[in-house]
Amino acid sequence: MLSAKGLKKIYGDFAAVDGIDFEVRRGESFGILGPNGAGKSTTMKMISAVSKRTGGDLNILGKDPNQKGPEIRAHLGVVPQKDLLDRELKAWENLFVYGRYFGLPRKWLKTKVDELLAFAQLEDKRNSKVDEMSGGMQRRLAIARGLVNEPEILLLDEPTTGLDPQARHVLWDRLFRLRENGVTIILTTHYMDEAEQLCDRLVVMDKGRIMAEGSPAELIKTYASKEVLELRFGTDRNEETAPQVAKFGERVEVLPDRVLLYTDDGEAAMEAVVASGLKPITSLVRRASLEDVFLRLTGRSLVD
Amino acid sequence: MSDLRFTPGQVVEVSRAIRGGAWRVAEYRLRNMLHWWAAIVSFGLGNPVLYLVSVGIGIGGLINHASGGHLLGGVPYLQFVAPALLASAAIQGVMDEVTFPVMEGFTWEKYFFAINATSVSARQIANGVLLAAVIRGVWTVVMYGLILLLFGAIPVASLLPLMASSLIAGIAWAAAIMAVSANLKNDDGVFAIIGRFVIAPMFLFSGTFYPAELMPIYVRWIAWISPLWHSTQLGRQYTIGLAEPVWLTLVHYLYFAVMFAVSIVIVYRAFVRRLGE
Repeated sequence: MLSAKGLKKIYGDFAAVDGIDFEVRRGESFGILGPNGAGKSTTMKMISAVSKRTGGDLNILGKDPNQKGPEIRAHLGVVPQKDLLDRELKAWENLFVYGRYFGLPRKWLKTKVDELLAFAQLEDKRNSKVDEMSGGMQRRLAIARGLVNEPEILLLDEPTTGLDPQARHVLWDRLFRLRENGVTIILTTHYMDEAEQLCDRLVVMDKGRIMAEGSPAELIKTYASKEVLELRFGTDRNEETAPQVAKFGERVEVLPDRVLLYTDDGEAAMEAVVASGLKPITSLVRRASLEDVFLRLTGRSLVD
Repeated sequence: MSDLRFTPGQVVEVSRAIRGGAWRVAEYRLRNMLHWWAAIVSFGLGNPVLYLVSVGIGIGGLINHASGGHLLGGVPYLQFVAPALLASAAIQGVMDEVTFPVMEGFTWEKYFFAINATSVSARQIANGVLLAAVIRGVWTVVMYGLILLLFGAIPVASLLPLMASSLIAGIAWAAAIMAVSANLKNDDGVFAIIGRFVIAPMFLFSGTFYPAELMPIYVRWIAWISPLWHSTQLGRQYTIGLAEPVWLTLVHYLYFAVMFAVSIVIVYRAFVRRLGE
């Protein structure tokens, strides 16, 4: 469906994307996880067949986007980070006008628009202008707009950034439904929970490169442990206490506000720490997440 | 809650999608213009009526009276100014559609990026915006032309060639202004500067209200480089039988052809570059 080999985008002497390889298979939900500035959006622009690569190979739906941009884009659905909805137009018009760009017949679009508004749970906002809608509604409208041409691949750039938790869950539910319908989805995110929820497989990007690739579970298994024990000894004591804690787990990471101990049994490690006479101010055992994978791979946390 | 019927990649006919993108962008621009239809219609009708009554009939009455009709080769003043007013209306009419809409598209709302995510190409977006401006120009010129006819300011036979020469000026000017707006990162008052330091002198010194030859030679150049003058000279050939050597008529058309060609190259480059960043 989509394959990139040594894909590069260089602006002047800055490599925004610095030689990355990945493949996306039909029907899968593929994620690009990374902090701001990792090169996710640049990658997204290239696989949207809009921004031309400066090196490497990219094949989308069997075609080269540097040559066949419009033809490829005819079968892509793009949901940009900033929605880019038309504020002069009503909700239904945004969908209708967008469908027209693909040369879709007006009559067909009339039915499609209603179907999409229902899917996006925006039937009662049909005649509202974009500014009268909440952020979550606007994002759902943008997703509906990306689906108007029944694309082979739906591309979402940071789909839930800036949304409140409830709006995020509504959106996840909609995307989940698309996944069930067999739509191929590619999304970028800097939220690990989103990647875990929505992606079958993902790559972790940092500084224009891919650091790791796999399913969320595989990545956690490879780069983290089953559980994580979070200990807080106070800002000035975390650093000096870490070496004493290290022996109770597989690995230890020190963050400014806490110490993370990677272990397969968090409770047991906690008991061992307390038994050794150390007194953490607070402690917490949790499942390892992609955040830990990222920390392991880059030495930094995702949301700086 | 509803389920979506979905057949990925089946509904879009690629050959159809990649052709005619410019028309669909124009369709969108016109839909957008419809939100301002009352302003566009009333300006299209009100502007010529105001000018014709005040300048044509008022000032014209004074001039005709004072000169006993011997000035301007015996041509009534209203007929003298009519081609210039029409050309000027065409130029101003198209301008509205290639200034702020382009800023919106690239900078303020970034609509062009959303359009470019579809099968529509950067050039097609540029063409579509220009096409919509031309359609607005046609509307303006037709309205204005008919009102000129009603006021007896132009002969019936001259209506079509006059509208054409005005529209040509409008199209070339639209491309030229779009070459500027497509390269602007921010408005920064550039359009206001164009309005004050380009449009205003052009309106005053292009032989609009008096023959350009009456001006001293050191301000005559303003007319020569002004699309309004070239269009007005062409128009006056059709309406009041202004006599000009053939080469000069060719220069008028060549002027617009060059202005359009150079501008459109700049426009395409800017659109392709900015949308592909």
